[in-house]
Amino acid sequence: MPWTDRNVENVIGNVLRYGVLGSAAIVIFGGAIFLARHGHEPIPYYVFHGEPAEFRRIPGILKAAASFRGRGIIQLGLLLLIATPIARVAFSIVGFMAEKDRLYAVFAMIVCMVLLYSLVAA
Amino acid sequence: MTILTFTALVSIGAVLAGLLGSLTGLGGGVVLVPLLTLLFKVDIRYAVGASLVSVIATSSGAAAAYVKEGFSNIRVGIFLEIATTFGALLGAFLATRISTQAIAIVFGVMLLISAYLASRPRVPRATDQVPDRLATRLRMNGSFPTEDGIRKYFVRRVPAGFTIMFGAGALSGLLGIGSGALKVLAMDQAMRIPFKVSTTTSNFMIGVTAAASAGVYLSRGYVDPGLAMPVMLGVLAGSFLGARILPKANTQWLRLVFGAVILFLAIQMIYKGATGGI
Repeated sequence: MPWTDRNVENVIGNVLRYGVLGSAAIVIFGGAIFLARHGHEPIPYYVFHGEPAEFRRIPGILKAAASFRGRGIIQLGLLLLIATPIARVAFSIVGFMAEKDRLYAVFAMIVCMVLLYSLVAA
Repeated sequence: MTILTFTALVSIGAVLAGLLGSLTGLGGGVVLVPLLTLLFKVDIRYAVGASLVSVIATSSGAAAAYVKEGFSNIRVGIFLEIATTFGALLGAFLATRISTQAIAIVFGVMLLISAYLASRPRVPRATDQVPDRLATRLRMNGSFPTEDGIRKYFVRRVPAGFTIMFGAGALSGLLGIGSGALKVLAMDQAMRIPFKVSTTTSNFMIGVTAAASAGVYLSRGYVDPGLAMPVMLGVLAGSFLGARILPKANTQWLRLVFGAVILFLAIQMIYKGATGGI
């Protein structure tokens, strides 16, 4: 098996599981607030106008979520969801390092950097 | 229609998409985007953004279970993720450049290819017992548990697999799907990795690939919280349900129905894209 250390596999399995469940819980919570406040309004999804800046960038999302806005909380849950695979790759860097597998640690770092670039810089 | 009614209807559609996607192994995204654009008349950019988010959820949920079973080849996965993530970034940037009509047509063509790949009977083949130099140097050869004990396998044709994976990543980023069918094709057909290992490793890779384009989608305003919420929760619920009933389901019959649905959606997407109805 690629990993001799079963602990790393367990940690990764748990990161994925709790990441998904946690983000689903946050999305449900935010969705309930959003529907309670805006459920009766007509739907705005027919025409593309792009999300407002506050729901596009990490600082804006954190701010909207902190002020208990439903859509801000949903975006926070989705951010956690996007971060879950990134955390998985980050843990696999640790796993490969522990195995002294430098080549694959570098591969995992490349993947991790592409993911962080997309989330933070794109 | 109010947001509440819309959310309820989309949730039902998403549960069905997740259920069918997990039972047939094609993923929820392939039905979800046509469903949202053709039936609910949602702009394809919002549809693709919501679908991509649901892809991350189902892949991570499924991978959590598979990682422990010892089927997925983590080295192969990480190595090929270099190709899929760069491809996904390219695809996501392309999505922000090309017209929605063009995206709809590419989507339709991809549906046709997926339907073909899924309907093709899989011929079991003798495993190659000759190690490949590059794959061996990359320490990709692995083993997995079977009913008659641990079985070893040799990975082959790494450059071909890597190239197909770049394409799979680009399609995933452009269309908001997991492109699992293409990932399995790259590993199973090109790299000669056993089918069970290919499918679980593909699942393991889909979330990472989708995360690479999700950042771009989010910052371009394609991820609408009001739409992504019912889609993500619905697909997640549907695929969990699918995983539960999969052992009892008649997948032969299901694949046939699903193939017909996909064929219909493909024609619709291409037609609407070509006539400017999207």
